[in-house]
Amino acid sequence: MFTAHLRKISIALLTSALFSHSALAVESKDPIILTLHDWTGQLINTELMGRILENMGYNVKYQQADYIAQFAGLESGDLHVAMEMWETTGKQAMEASLSTGDTVDLGETGMNAIEEWWYPLYMKEKCPGLPNWEALNDCAEAFSTPETAPRGRYLGGPVTWAGFDDERVEALGLDYEVVHAGTDAALFAELESAYQRKAPWLGWVYTPHWATVKFEGEFVDFPPYSDACYEDSKVGLNPNMAYDCGKPRGWIKKVGWKGGEAKWPCAYQAVSNFRIDNATVGQLIVEVDLEGKKISDVVNAWLDANKSTWEPWTQCN
Amino acid sequence: MAARPGSPGPTQTPIWFWAIFAGLATLGIALLFSQDHAPYLSKYPRDWIIPLRFWISDAMYWLVKEFDLGLFTFKELTRSISWLLEWPLSIANNFLATGFTFSTEPGASVILPPAPWIAIVAIFGLLAFHLSGLRLAILVTGCFLYLAFFGQWHSAMITLSSIVIAVPLGVIIGFVLGITAYRHPLFEKWLTPILDLMQTVPVFAYLVPVLFLFGFGPVAAMIATMIYATPPMVRVTILSLRQVPEELLEYGNMAGCTRGQLLRKIQIPAARKSLMVGVNQVIMLSLNMVIIASMIGAGGLGFDVLSSLRRLAIGNGLEAGLAITLLAITLDRLSQAFTDRPQHSHSPQGRSVIGRYRLSLIVLVILSVSWFASRYFPALGVFPESLQITTSQFWDNLVKWINVNFFDQLEAIKTFVLINIMMPVKRFLLKTPWVIVVAVIGLIGYRLGHLRLAALGVALATFIAATGLWSKAMVTVYLCGVSVLFAAFIGVPIGILAAANSRINRITQVVIDTLQTLPSFVYLIPVVMLFRVGDFAAMLAVIAYSIAPAIRYTILGIQQVPVHLIEASSAMGCTRSQIRWRVQLPIALPQIMLGINQTIMMALSMLVITALVGTRDLGQEVYIALTKADTGRGIVAGIGVACIAIIADRFINQWSRKKKREFGLPV
Repeated sequence: MFTAHLRKISIALLTSALFSHSALAVESKDPIILTLHDWTGQLINTELMGRILENMGYNVKYQQADYIAQFAGLESGDLHVAMEMWETTGKQAMEASLSTGDTVDLGETGMNAIEEWWYPLYMKEKCPGLPNWEALNDCAEAFSTPETAPRGRYLGGPVTWAGFDDERVEALGLDYEVVHAGTDAALFAELESAYQRKAPWLGWVYTPHWATVKFEGEFVDFPPYSDACYEDSKVGLNPNMAYDCGKPRGWIKKVGWKGGEAKWPCAYQAVSNFRIDNATVGQLIVEVDLEGKKISDVVNAWLDANKSTWEPWTQCN
Repeated sequence: MAARPGSPGPTQTPIWFWAIFAGLATLGIALLFSQDHAPYLSKYPRDWIIPLRFWISDAMYWLVKEFDLGLFTFKELTRSISWLLEWPLSIANNFLATGFTFSTEPGASVILPPAPWIAIVAIFGLLAFHLSGLRLAILVTGCFLYLAFFGQWHSAMITLSSIVIAVPLGVIIGFVLGITAYRHPLFEKWLTPILDLMQTVPVFAYLVPVLFLFGFGPVAAMIATMIYATPPMVRVTILSLRQVPEELLEYGNMAGCTRGQLLRKIQIPAARKSLMVGVNQVIMLSLNMVIIASMIGAGGLGFDVLSSLRRLAIGNGLEAGLAITLLAITLDRLSQAFTDRPQHSHSPQGRSVIGRYRLSLIVLVILSVSWFASRYFPALGVFPESLQITTSQFWDNLVKWINVNFFDQLEAIKTFVLINIMMPVKRFLLKTPWVIVVAVIGLIGYRLGHLRLAALGVALATFIAATGLWSKAMVTVYLCGVSVLFAAFIGVPIGILAAANSRINRITQVVIDTLQTLPSFVYLIPVVMLFRVGDFAAMLAVIAYSIAPAIRYTILGIQQVPVHLIEASSAMGCTRSQIRWRVQLPIALPQIMLGINQTIMMALSMLVITALVGTRDLGQEVYIALTKADTGRGIVAGIGVACIAIIADRFINQWSRKKKREFGLPV
């Protein structure tokens, strides 16, 4: 308790010495509310940003909110900054929200979202043609379960994170049945179970996430994604159907309440300066999820060790 | 003709009922094979769907953005309510969990730390001792020590701080509504269907509007909790005021009591015991909401459960879940002790006031001493991390061991049940033309309760079809139906055994208490690991959660069988098994069916949770609506669930009432 206090005070002193101009000159003491979702990478990035804003002299509050439902709060000003909006899952909701004029795009985080069909590495023995997608049909039997046999079983992501897997299976003529997991917790529970038994498993995996670090495996190589492939049925291998390609890979952006731009201009600038990459976040996620460290400890350690990286973000003019 | 309700003696189902039933079945098969002639009879056509969900969404939009009450807007009104509620909540939170800062500076040092753990343990232990005695004190202290030793303290205090505000508010609001309904029958008429909806519409369905109106954060979570937890208090209040003996009221009137005096001095004291049942329900339901509330920003133990299970840290999730169960048990036993406490109504008023005064004085002393002491011995204020223990590794390994060694056997069982029982039922329900289903509901309704019940059933079922939810509703009926069937097959025999043996009874009570308060998410994830994503895993979770009432009501039903009947039958030379099968069970059946009815209600309320493991039912519809912040879609699907619940509830209740009358049992 006491040492924690001392550390807090020393950090406060340190930062006020370093950035006395900004610490004194923050535009508003009203707390900036950052949203928390339910995956570790996002919690880490949010706390990183929160600590940096606190160092600049701002008040920060964290608020648990649903990934998509939060837009209602961001538009009304109940919530202020969301640190991770993935192109692969949140693009439509984000565009719809930006078009109201009440939210503002705060730029990319520098992380790259990958999501695709994924299998554990040991499946390569049973299905040597992988990761090429054309091998999937040869191994449908190997990937099947009693309910789906002789078709293979593919465990898709939650329905709300639309992935067009049913369409993909049809367009590419895959001999697979798509089963939807309700949440990614259920999805990874199944993967963990299969991995413990070295049993067949094929499903939807995204990264940055601890699963790709904990479990050895590979993404399936589908024909590369293009906008045209999703929108135009003529483009791609199947002349009659769209979605005959892999999933888009894309940015992860920050979004904020529009009103905050005028209220805390320097803070918003710092948020839009925030840059990090997959490897860095991946490492932090492993420290939290697999090594059992506390998020705040991991965040503090990173901030101490990487001053030269984040200090420039806080420069404001 | 049908036997009139109330006519004595068992009744046979009349021929006309079976004749119409057979006619409908034939018609159904005919429709299935000639879908081209009248497709609108087998599948509800898309064009006929009423766009109710869009109307509701638009209305919500209007309510939030435009509705003006003159001096202020509707949103400003709801926001000021949440501003008001935020005060007590944040004070409780500061006191129990975070400490007071008295400053808005970032990183400002905490001036008054939160109440030391040792003080809270002592105060609750003392309270338990004061209310009941040493046994309860040991139980309560043990529960709180668990929170400290297993590292759940901080989160548990956040959860507790929202409970200590939500429960009294819920109780007061429920009580006031109950009294008003008791005094004004017209108000009760309006209130009853609203209460029905509040209890049967899944919470997820109204989370979005609550978020819109009350903002994101702990307050919105608390309001959602209160919507869910208050209805039983209202019902119990109405019921228990009605049960106050007429003579007492007359006595009060003769003594010249005003209405307020009558209430304070006679009705409330007389109804106190049953009112406490309502309080107890509010506590339990509020704790049931902890997980869902954490999804919209309540934090605390619910958040710990969710986040550990997302990392598949099953052991950690279980420990946090168990902390919720222990909190529930503690508060439940304390409130029960408060009810059962001997009343000193005849002792002078002054003494009990001093007694109460003394207790709060002791509490103040404990608090200030421990606050002071924890400045010098921090371990007294915040439980030291080095002393914390955990068993999480054990649980993780246990699940892994079962998974590696027994998966094939489990898979075989699952495949058998899935292919031979679940799939055929699902296919049957999905294929049956909607018109036939509606007609059968009408027929059964007519047989049970004549035209009114039939009309209600038909109207509600048609509503489901008209809002385009038919196939999802049928999946709901299938999943719930099969789960309830299994729950009954397991629960009723356990109940029969427990009714006959007090030892089994005690063990059963502990197990079902735990199953009901342990957040279902805790066992949902291991179940998915062992049985994969899908209907079977969902069914197991539903059974685990909803089996409790099937057991409870069976025990109650068998214990209520009049003793003279059993004596008479054994005097006539019945064997024990004859008594059980021919006397006890038939007479207990109406009561057991009420238990099954509760099981159905609980199964329906679990559906939203099972959507988290990928079921494609109304629960999923509600869940999708939540994540898309689509108010109309969520509410319409929620009302769909409520329709199913209300049909099941009314039909079973009517049947049970009829049977009880036939056996000459009190209704």
